[in-house]
Amino acid sequence: MMQHIDVSSVLRQAVACDLYSNLVTRPTGAAVRAQIQALLRERPARERPLTILDFTHVRMIDFSCADEVIAKLVLPYCDGEAGAEAYFLFRGVSEEHWDAIEAVLERHELALVLEEEGALRVAGVLGDDERRAWAALHELGGGDAAEVAMALAAAGAAIPASDAERVLARLHRRRLVMRLDDGFYLPVGSTVRRDV
Amino acid sequence: MTTVINVPPSLDDASFEQVLEQLAPVPADARILIDARHARWASPYGLTALLTLAQSRAEQPALTVPENDETASYWARTGFFKHAAELFELHGHVPRARGGESSVLLEITPITRSEDVHEVVGRIQQKAQQILAHELNIDAKATVGFAMTLSEVCQNIVEHAGRGGWVAVQTYRWTKRLGRRVVQIAVADAGIGFRASLESLPGFVRDDRWDDAAALEAALIRGTSRFRDRGRGQGLAGARRYVGRWDGKLSIRSGTARIAIVPSWDEDVPMQEKLAPLAGAQVQVTIPERVVDQRSGGTAR
Repeated sequence: MMQHIDVSSVLRQAVACDLYSNLVTRPTGAAVRAQIQALLRERPARERPLTILDFTHVRMIDFSCADEVIAKLVLPYCDGEAGAEAYFLFRGVSEEHWDAIEAVLERHELALVLEEEGALRVAGVLGDDERRAWAALHELGGGDAAEVAMALAAAGAAIPASDAERVLARLHRRRLVMRLDDGFYLPVGSTVRRDV
Repeated sequence: MTTVINVPPSLDDASFEQVLEQLAPVPADARILIDARHARWASPYGLTALLTLAQSRAEQPALTVPENDETASYWARTGFFKHAAELFELHGHVPRARGGESSVLLEITPITRSEDVHEVVGRIQQKAQQILAHELNIDAKATVGFAMTLSEVCQNIVEHAGRGGWVAVQTYRWTKRLGRRVVQIAVADAGIGFRASLESLPGFVRDDRWDDAAALEAALIRGTSRFRDRGRGQGLAGARRYVGRWDGKLSIRSGTARIAIVPSWDEDVPMQEKLAPLAGAQVQVTIPERVVDQRSGGTAR
């Protein structure tokens, strides 16, 4: 089981008001993030460290809130300062939400995995090599550096396996792929459809 | 002795400078009378600016109500007198506010806490879609950006002003200037202003060029904030992007300077310096009606 967090429910709990369906203002964003972090801490240790953050019922999000809820939530895990493993899959992010989220990702040079109508894609600030490696890994449904290097070669973007390993390690640090013990990588969200 | 400050017949961001120029030589604790008897029209900027002017005075100022019934009635419908009654000693007939003013998207609303921003955004969303899509021919998707812009400029008050301020949103036809309808957001506060806010940044070093204009440029163009946090300073940048996308205009007046993002349809200048001093900050966002060009197959411009 992975953890599913309905962000609009968290919003209503955080501000103690059923009338608010907009993620606006920095204090609101900070309160929502704190609530999400508390839910992450409550997750049983045996569960996969993958959390779905569901924005489906969030009407709008502004820049300040996106900075608090998304950037400040994800950054400590990317920087290795969180002291725990966590990966995030963003669901229900609409075009209306995207303006604010994209601005925040650019500001902090972050990237996310989005689930849109059942399909996964990465968005945000990514190098071409990261984008290609993520797509190849996603197409494979998971794999190691050698497999990704082979897939990239087949797609006409050949790189040595050692470079593929470096790119995958970077994607792992950026919380875009999960790394299993044996050097096997899984794109974040792939576990939604495939039990490994 | 009371100093009389005359309100011009048409009160907007440009003509409010006349009010500030009259006020400049008057000590903050001197008694003033704001004479609005001959006012015939006021933008949301003009009305919110009058309220902040009263907040910035050490002694309660007096205000004479517009003599024109239609004008006074309109000011009442915007909610001006409701707040002015607490800040000014009012003279003249104050009409009762009656509903039904469709051009007032958001009546003058105080902003002091984050909760006020939630209320304002919630209220504007209901009306904004109708107005933007049906009256201004702006894509319905723009409603979200409009609410975001409103949210960010209001948050500037809560986070930086050091005291409460005001917001108002209104649509009207800009016959002379543009010949089109516009929707306008006005946000004003009598707080510390942009320069003092940025000077409170830890480790701030003042250089020879540092003044109100430099502070406005830093905040609007470079996204500088008084907080060290890298995520700060995105609000005004986002507002700037939204305004650019919809061919709108954004201006900020603070201290003795004024900065503007000027669209092609306007003849304003990007920066004005050495203006009469203004306590706090005033932000104005103007989004014009999109004109559908029939010859180019319905392309809006």
